[in-house]
Amino acid sequence: MLRLRFLLPLGIFLVVVGFFFVTLRQPEGTREALPSPLINKAAPDFRLAQLHEPNQFFTPADARGKVWLLNVWASWCVSCRQEHPVLMELSRAGLVPIYGLNYKDKREDSANWLAQFGNPYVLSAVDGDGRVGIDYGVYGAPETYVIDKKGVIRYKHIGPVSADALNNKILPLVQELEKS
Amino acid sequence: MKHILFALMLGLAPLAVTAGEAQPTNNDPALEKRVMALSAELRCLVCQNQSLADSHAELAIDLRNEVRDMMKSGKSDAEVVDYLVARYGDFVRYRPPMNTTTALLWFGPLILAVIGAGVLFFNLMKRRRRVAETALTDEERKRAAALLNDGAGETKA
Repeated sequence: MLRLRFLLPLGIFLVVVGFFFVTLRQPEGTREALPSPLINKAAPDFRLAQLHEPNQFFTPADARGKVWLLNVWASWCVSCRQEHPVLMELSRAGLVPIYGLNYKDKREDSANWLAQFGNPYVLSAVDGDGRVGIDYGVYGAPETYVIDKKGVIRYKHIGPVSADALNNKILPLVQELEKS
Repeated sequence: MKHILFALMLGLAPLAVTAGEAQPTNNDPALEKRVMALSAELRCLVCQNQSLADSHAELAIDLRNEVRDMMKSGKSDAEVVDYLVARYGDFVRYRPPMNTTTALLWFGPLILAVIGAGVLFFNLMKRRRRVAETALTDEERKRAAALLNDGAGETKA
């Protein structure tokens, strides 16, 4: 009869395989994604000049009363280009307003980028030195925050927003928050 | 006169601009040492296996500057760490704090050691019992005595 203790190494091996299986099957990017401590906290306040209207400012209080997305982007950010068509489509559908946080970018580069690929944003706030980015715990563009009517961060998506993430996670959450 | 003044102001303008730039890092060796010491305890979020002190990622440089600015304004190391943890989470610390999610990390090795010691103790007790229970028969006793007294005796047979 095979003794139970000889099965122990096999058992340990299977547990390790299980860990690898779960981790390696996660979609690209989510493995490195860090949970944000800002979830369910008030979105940090800021007041930044707008990209297209440098004399006008944007502050999160301006979006109070609606559910909105804050999308951190930059013209130098390659993955931003990847998610861009998804944001364009979302903007066309008009399901939720997208505000841009233009992160550590040059004004003219950003403007050119939007002119070239299209502008899905209600407006973009210019965070030239990345200070606001630090307040939001940004560690790599693109990042997208779902902010509710009261200005509380409800969700953070790190990396490019895929159609999958949008339809299965972000939009259902937005709909739920709209109701409250 | 007005023009000269204007030209003078124009000429001085670049000085005003550079005044706001980051100071050379070797300006205050004591401060710099403190910045680097604390940075070595903090993880770079971009290249997650490097510390803030090691990393040349742009965010790491920004965060080091942030740390330096906070220290300059008289913040303690703990306050600087709290500031970063509030934004980036416990992950930013190389020494994780103890809470429910990190309990296994902290106590896992101890639990494994206890289990190991338990298994060892259990096996030793079992062996001692087995040794104690094994009594020799008269035949074995005779053979043992023969072997001890005359090493050649038994092996030749």
